[in-house]
Amino acid sequence: MSEHIVSPKIYIVIFASLMLGTGITVWAAFQNFHQFNIVIALVIATIKATLVVLYFMHARYSPKRTQLVIVCSVFWLVIMLALTLSDYDTRSRDVRLAAPQVSHRA
Amino acid sequence: MHRTGDLYGQFQTLEQQKETATLGMWIFLVTEVLFFGGLFLTYTINRSAFSTAFGIGSNTLDITLGAGNTVVLIMSSLTMAMAVWSAQVGKKKLVGIFLIATLGLGTVFLGVKAIEYKQKFDHHLVPGRGFDMKYHPTHPMVGDDLKELSLEKEEVDKAFAVDPDINFHGQLYFSLYFGMTGLHALHMIVGAGLLLWLIKGSFAGRFTPQYNTPVEVVGLYWHFVDIVWIYLFPLLYLIDRHR
Repeated sequence: MSEHIVSPKIYIVIFASLMLGTGITVWAAFQNFHQFNIVIALVIATIKATLVVLYFMHARYSPKRTQLVIVCSVFWLVIMLALTLSDYDTRSRDVRLAAPQVSHRA
Repeated sequence: MHRTGDLYGQFQTLEQQKETATLGMWIFLVTEVLFFGGLFLTYTINRSAFSTAFGIGSNTLDITLGAGNTVVLIMSSLTMAMAVWSAQVGKKKLVGIFLIATLGLGTVFLGVKAIEYKQKFDHHLVPGRGFDMKYHPTHPMVGDDLKELSLEKEEVDKAFAVDPDINFHGQLYFSLYFGMTGLHALHMIVGAGLLLWLIKGSFAGRFTPQYNTPVEVVGLYWHFVDIVWIYLFPLLYLIDRHR
């Protein structure tokens, strides 16, 4: 298997997409989407991260073995996040970290 | 261990050697993903428990510096990727130029970070004895926008009314802010050291289409540090900007 060389053209296109993503995420942060602000921010960040992994880090052109390692890392991260957050989210109120809640922006 | 040119004895071909090194770097990055993942998890849980204090804390960060630094870091990823490409196609001179550009942009990022940190010290927003979220809105500094500051004061007063312990919960936000951006900056400093080593090698003409593993592997590390920032920026700076 010979090495795959990613051309500068692709790098520039990815760079431009990342810039666009940064612009959109800053713009979206100032709009009021209520509870979806955080979701939008995370979706954009994940798209940007995926582009970096696939093209800048050459994951798309890497051996299957390397791709497996990458997928595993995401899988384990999801286990850690999902199980811990579901634990915190389903505890009865009295053992939760208690603090007054308010939206300080009227 | 005997070695023929750039090929170490335990490998059959340079290609096999490169694939092994790349895989090794990826496995290291997996541990890094879980390491930073734990911090992001801590941040998420505390942010949902103390959203008032975290919102106020987040809004004290300078969005222009943060967004500017995001652009700088993504540019440094582009120049790093171009350094890898230059090595792969045998443009030896360009390798050095792109590596120096990457190091330069990385240094700019750290410089901006230092400015932001200093601001937090000036505003009494560093966790510890002097921490006071009321300090800055009531003590204007040279160059402050007074209108913005009075808005900030209103916001802080309102928050104090609801959460009297906001100075404690605010310290939690700033502990995580300094902890996470500090660890990220530490990774950048390590990356800068690796870049210096690569630049030295590139001046010696070490990186060729046949052998460019070090550039490729350091590139993976550098891009990973970029990815961490891609998540840090919206989570730390942008969570509560919508009015």
